[in-house]
Amino acid sequence: MKFAAALPSQRQAVAQVAGVLVLIAAAVVFPLVFTNPTVTNFAVITLIFVCVASAWNLFSGFSGYLSLGHAVFYGTGAYFLVVAAKDWNVSGVAVFWLLPLAGLVAAIVAVPLGLIALRVRRHTFVVITIAFFFIAQLAASNLKVTGGSSGLLPPVPNFAPATFNDPFYYLALVMAVLTVAVAWQVRRSRFGLQLRAIRDDEDRAAGLGVRTMPVKLAALVLSAFITGMAGGLWVFFIGEAFPQFVFDPLFDLAVVFMAFFGGLGTLAGPVLGALVLEPAQLYLNLQGGNGYESEILFGALFLVVILFLPRGVIPTGGEYLRAYRARLDRSKEDSSESEMAADSAGTSVKGGVS
Amino acid sequence: MTATLRADGVTKSFGGVKALNGCSLTVAEGRITGLIGPNGSGKTTLFNVMTGYERIDAGQVYLRDKQITGAAPHQVYGQGVGRTFQLTRIFPRLTVLENMLVPAQQRGSSRQRRERAMDLLAFTGIQAHAGALAGTLSYGQRKLLELAYVLVADPAVVLLDEPAGGVNPSLIHHISDRIRELNKSGRTFLIVEHNMEFVMGLCHELTVLDSGSVVATGPPDTVRNDPRVLDAYLGMGTDTDD
Amino acid sequence: MANQIAQAIAAGILGGGVYALMAAGLTLIFGVLDIINVAQGIFVVLGAYLSYVLSVHLHIDLFVGLLITVPSMFIIGIVIYWLFIRPLRGAERTSMTLLACFAVALIIEGILYREFGSNYVSLKAWYTTKSVHVFGFYLPVIYVLGFALAVVAIGLIYLMLYRTKFGRAVRATMQNPTAARLVGIDVNRVAALTFGVGTAVTAIGGMVFGAISGGFTPNSGYDLISRLLAIVILAGMGSIGGALVAAVFMTTAEAVVDIWQPTWSVAVFYLAMVIILTVRPQGIFGRAGVRAQ
Repeated sequence: MKFAAALPSQRQAVAQVAGVLVLIAAAVVFPLVFTNPTVTNFAVITLIFVCVASAWNLFSGFSGYLSLGHAVFYGTGAYFLVVAAKDWNVSGVAVFWLLPLAGLVAAIVAVPLGLIALRVRRHTFVVITIAFFFIAQLAASNLKVTGGSSGLLPPVPNFAPATFNDPFYYLALVMAVLTVAVAWQVRRSRFGLQLRAIRDDEDRAAGLGVRTMPVKLAALVLSAFITGMAGGLWVFFIGEAFPQFVFDPLFDLAVVFMAFFGGLGTLAGPVLGALVLEPAQLYLNLQGGNGYESEILFGALFLVVILFLPRGVIPTGGEYLRAYRARLDRSKEDSSESEMAADSAGTSVKGGVS
Repeated sequence: MTATLRADGVTKSFGGVKALNGCSLTVAEGRITGLIGPNGSGKTTLFNVMTGYERIDAGQVYLRDKQITGAAPHQVYGQGVGRTFQLTRIFPRLTVLENMLVPAQQRGSSRQRRERAMDLLAFTGIQAHAGALAGTLSYGQRKLLELAYVLVADPAVVLLDEPAGGVNPSLIHHISDRIRELNKSGRTFLIVEHNMEFVMGLCHELTVLDSGSVVATGPPDTVRNDPRVLDAYLGMGTDTDD
Repeated sequence: MANQIAQAIAAGILGGGVYALMAAGLTLIFGVLDIINVAQGIFVVLGAYLSYVLSVHLHIDLFVGLLITVPSMFIIGIVIYWLFIRPLRGAERTSMTLLACFAVALIIEGILYREFGSNYVSLKAWYTTKSVHVFGFYLPVIYVLGFALAVVAIGLIYLMLYRTKFGRAVRATMQNPTAARLVGIDVNRVAALTFGVGTAVTAIGGMVFGAISGGFTPNSGYDLISRLLAIVILAGMGSIGGALVAAVFMTTAEAVVDIWQPTWSVAVFYLAMVIILTVRPQGIFGRAGVRAQ
């Protein structure tokens, strides 16, 4: 089909696909171009957050149930990986094979959590997830299996120092792309439709036969699986696991912020949020100072976004684009109308009800 | 004529207020029955109790001689009873078409469902807005959307709560025409309405509710002249002269 | 042994009074504004630091200092509400206000770190180390005074709610904001003042907490808020009386368990919460019902 002759929506779709492919291609060659290990280090962590933010959004953005306890899944995946690698004597590249298992463990943990937490109002749900977070942190700090408050050390990856970050980078990239693909697929499916209906009016959806608990739980479990895998990858990359670090309240807030910033419930939103905010945060941390500066800045920025960009960059940006295009169309119409007026008065036939 | 939907001695209180008091009502199969009465007479509460959105205190509800008292909303829906709400309940952040695809019990493949949804949207006249977010619809359009998606699972019984309320006059004709058409194929309707013209022109039967119980029932012309009905409306009027 | 348990129960009840006060503030805010102020924990810590500054730098007695800290926190609460919470509207209001509170908490924590660093400090006065011998128990004076203060504060709140015109307006707004507006209640003003009151109680809570905790840092806010949240979930959101009962119950249970298992004693809070949630999702005193969106 000729591009110019195609319908605007078809043109849009092709442009979107092309854009995504270009982005992926750029990401693939990124570490070959930017070989500075600090840069690729940032890139790995950023990609992990793309993954986590998208996974979080898949549950919370679509269903409207804000989870402030996803760190539980992240940390479970992380600790599982470390403990399993130690107990089963896995090291090197083979550790990567443990990742799906880490995700599975996190997904299993999500089931009882979801069954308890998803039966209540949205308010209470958020609070319960916070409480679960603290329970998890408490457990990790005091259980022997997790090494108590001093934590555990994951196996050291035996990769060549020059390209150390690369395997992590590509794995993180694959995970990020797959996560967004899954989110896209969910959104198109009936399952996603039901989730979003639950978000808008849960009781009405239930009254129309939507099985709300299984739907919500399934979304949570899927989200937890991905988050757990990401946690496993992260801990293997970072090289240490102790409770305050793995179960960090700022983690949840950061993930929520990213999704919010980009646009809750959209596909590109969390990706954009992660790509913008995580490198910024990492860079700030690098500049030194004490932790508190980034905290204050982070909190302030979050407030600014909540107050002035409540729907996030992508939806707000989309609106500006639409308004701009509408203005363009109107000015085109004005010029063509004056032509038509010269011929005859046109009556617009409106079908249906307006 | 068999009773499709029947309420028997239904009682429901909210705190100290008795909203329904031994209310008994019969909705005949294949007919359009109107439910009228002054404000506060319990019409919406009766709907809520019959469709499972409120718990019943006493009494029974039957659907074709099968007890559905206390059934949950989705169960009632699954039995082929659809209902709309006085304040329209649509899914604002989904598109109009997506709203149509939410209800369960739809048959056929994904494409068939979409086609059927578009047919229903065309039937109610809002097909042009299929791709728009439901939240952008006007009030009247939302009423039509609710009507449309309630029909998606092909319910045999449809309960409409003030379908003409707050809607502009030209649209009201459109709505009553649609209801008449749907009724021709045998669908049963129970309609709560305040708009007397709408009700008189459309309904085969009228039931009048006052203070939670039925005071009159019968064909519209009979009921309109029934002194108890006049008393219910006018009596309410003089009592509330505060 | 029995004496140990009795001692723990006594200490638990006394300590519970203070938690009850802070939880009451949280519940009040929730009841009127329909938001969960997750910054309540850090507010308490802020109150503690304010008392610390007054005590250490200005040599003002802790209790006397309350005359300054309580109004200060009240004003801080109103300002925060006005700037960051009132402007939030729309469908996502509940989530956004919660996140806004979280963001505010983060900022306050950062500021506290900046001013005070991460060293442990605690509030000291001549009476903080003294105990009083009563009924065969040794009860730290500060516990008793703190409890008394909490009781007085809660009493004042109840008095306000049920005996004043403002309190009536508050209760009306809690039950039905739209109707309240219709009868001429300035709902915004009520909301702002309620948020102020809910925050002001953290000044009191902060002072007592600072004195009995044995040391606090800006990081202490997390532990506090997690306990407070567990209390209100257990009680059921929106029930002040329930929050009082739940607070006392949980602190007492923790104090008793602490005898055998100090590390896990705080888990009592969470365990109780989880058990109640599985059996009765709306909390002990909460109302089941239609989900608000």
